[in-house]
Amino acid sequence: MTQIELRGVEKFFGEVQVIRNLDLFIDHNEFIVMLGPSGCGKTTTLRAIAGLETIDRGDILIDGKVVQHLKAADRDIAFVFQSFSLYPHMTVYENIAFPLRATRQSKAQVDLAVRQVAEILQITPLLSRRPSALSGGDMQRVAIGRALVRSPKALLMDEPIGALDAKLREEMRAEIKRLHMKQGSTTIYVTHDQVEAMSLADRVVIMHEGVLQQVGTPEEVYSRPANLFVAQFVGSPVMNIAEAHVAEEHGEARVRMAGAEQGFSFPRDLLGRLPAGSAGNGIALGIRPEGIAVEREPREGFLPVEARIIEPLGSHDIVDLQVGSQMLRARTKSGFVPRPGERVWARIDPVQAHFFDTQSGRSLGVRL
Amino acid sequence: MAAVRTSTERALNRLAIVCVLIVTLIFLAPIYWIASTAFKPRELATSVPPTVLFEPEITPFVKLFVRRSQLREPVAPEVYDEAPWWEKLVYDDGERLVRSGRTGEVQLSGYPDRFLNSLIVATISTILAVGMGTFTAYGFSRFKVKGESDLLFFILSTRMLPPIVVAIPMFLMYRAVGLNDTHAGLIILYTAFNLSFSVWLMKGFIDEIPREYEEAALVDGYTRMQAFFKIVLPEAATGIAATAVFCFITAWNEYAFALILTNREAQTAPPFIPSQVGSGLPDWTVIAAGTFLFLLPVAIFTFLLRNHLLRGMSFGAIRK
Ligand SMILES: Nc1ncnc2c1ncn2[C@@H]1O[C@H](COP(=O)(O)OP(=O)(O)OP(=O)(O)O)[C@@H](O)[C@H]1O
Ligand SMILES: [Mg+2]
Repeated sequence: MTQIELRGVEKFFGEVQVIRNLDLFIDHNEFIVMLGPSGCGKTTTLRAIAGLETIDRGDILIDGKVVQHLKAADRDIAFVFQSFSLYPHMTVYENIAFPLRATRQSKAQVDLAVRQVAEILQITPLLSRRPSALSGGDMQRVAIGRALVRSPKALLMDEPIGALDAKLREEMRAEIKRLHMKQGSTTIYVTHDQVEAMSLADRVVIMHEGVLQQVGTPEEVYSRPANLFVAQFVGSPVMNIAEAHVAEEHGEARVRMAGAEQGFSFPRDLLGRLPAGSAGNGIALGIRPEGIAVEREPREGFLPVEARIIEPLGSHDIVDLQVGSQMLRARTKSGFVPRPGERVWARIDPVQAHFFDTQSGRSLGVRL
Repeated sequence: MAAVRTSTERALNRLAIVCVLIVTLIFLAPIYWIASTAFKPRELATSVPPTVLFEPEITPFVKLFVRRSQLREPVAPEVYDEAPWWEKLVYDDGERLVRSGRTGEVQLSGYPDRFLNSLIVATISTILAVGMGTFTAYGFSRFKVKGESDLLFFILSTRMLPPIVVAIPMFLMYRAVGLNDTHAGLIILYTAFNLSFSVWLMKGFIDEIPREYEEAALVDGYTRMQAFFKIVLPEAATGIAATAVFCFITAWNEYAFALILTNREAQTAPPFIPSQVGSGLPDWTVIAAGTFLFLLPVAIFTFLLRNHLLRGMSFGAIRK
């Protein structure tokens, strides 16, 4: 039961600003995933919360108390490092017991706690081994065990499974989720893998170049991205972003891609909902590949386009469509478009379309 | 991988082994020479060509530890029969023990004291140099130190001068502050001498230890001091062992300053052993015995730490 709050946190490394005016509130027992590309400041934020890094401005509060002047040891937070950092000169048992030895607990208490944690993580048979004799997944379990053993206020994990192979990552992901449901402690989990983020998070925090981009449930950041960065960072394959103009034609809205002769038809509603002036000046249209319908015959409301590249992915194909000067990637049944160069008909599903301001990149907040 | 070898590779491998053997023999020859001489009867020590097969005896070691003088005339048979076995060995060589006038106690030679001095000086200065070096290296490795590279260079620069260049000033300064012929004097000197080496070597080892180890301890409720002693020191054990061996050998073998700065009280074994050549016919077997015993502590120390050393030499390359 712990709340963590960041208020206007800023951090510089020399001249470089790594965290910019970061505000964040994390509720009791929430599982927060920080997601962002390499170098965006995720680790630095996490280390600042843990007390391993000082901050230059702002406040960090744990359960309403300002803690940025407290030493790491006094914050009662556990940290799982990407490298696991198990002590090579200690056995697994000693590694897990190590945090407890800093407290005034009796031998029996320590032993009980270690064995309980080992039981939960199913590493009891490994207790007498050295870390060097463990597999990656087991090291990971031990590292988590060491973090959980003293029931810390919060658990911080910095890409804890980033170093494992794909299959093991999937297993560990499920295990971490199970563990959180069982133990339910406030958790901040850093990753740059969006699948991990989506599957684990109660809420996702997306960062880019030290700036918070969006905070929301996985559903929210996927279906209502706050800006172009989030739109393109979340989801795979990446959302199409195309420059477009919106105009009225024959009583409906037409969204015309830059360089295209005809526009996709949209409900008339769109015109009124776009901020004044933005329609004519151009906007950025975002559409995920699954939001584009493709037909091989002309149909009402579909525009003729040319298929350029076909990527077969087994369960489905990704087809690159040339629309004016823009390239849109659409998802089709596998083998639906037989050859590149083929003429096909495409339609954008208005319900799945996103509209962004071309200048600021911000979402215009228009959903149909 | 090793199973698949071309015949050229195998030949090269053999050649390498032969070369290593030859080099090892060349290095071991003087040690064999000393060791064998230490067990030779006196007249065989200087025989030409050198005697290889002989009946080893421990007379040189007995003579090494006691004060002796030449027998003018043969001992009386009844005195000889009364004497313990080791005194007989001395009589056999035509010498007798020097006993103190009134009590008649056997007097020890200077060697045991010098040997002890060597042990005291080398051990304490090694502990100091490695200890201070480890702390200093940790500071440089883990904290932002203003002018870090300049300071490190400065520390190293103390080794850029042949030490003997400062021997005379050192002698004068030591005399002025009364450090001449004291253990403290030599300990300070050897510590200072080894410190730069120790700092640099330990910095290399500590840089290899991931910071996360300590940081994990810090978030787990330990102070930095505790993290240092519980995590960094055990992890650096290999490096500490390697550094300690080097520092110990340097201090143990140092000759020039020990010769200049000490004469009785604090004299170490290196300047003492050659001083026994003396005038007249030198007794090479006794000198060899002294040298042989002098080699042992370093050999034992190195042997005890051999596992650490082997890993230490690879400078953490295979740690993981
Ligand atoms: N100790 C440091 N000194 C100087 N710059 C640093 C330091 N630590 C991090 N940085 C810089 O701060 C920025 C943010 O680093 P951070 O480690 O927080 O990124 P990250 O989001 O965790 O990236 P990754 O996904 O690669 O782990 C990077 O540009 C990095 O180079
Ligand atoms: Mg990181």
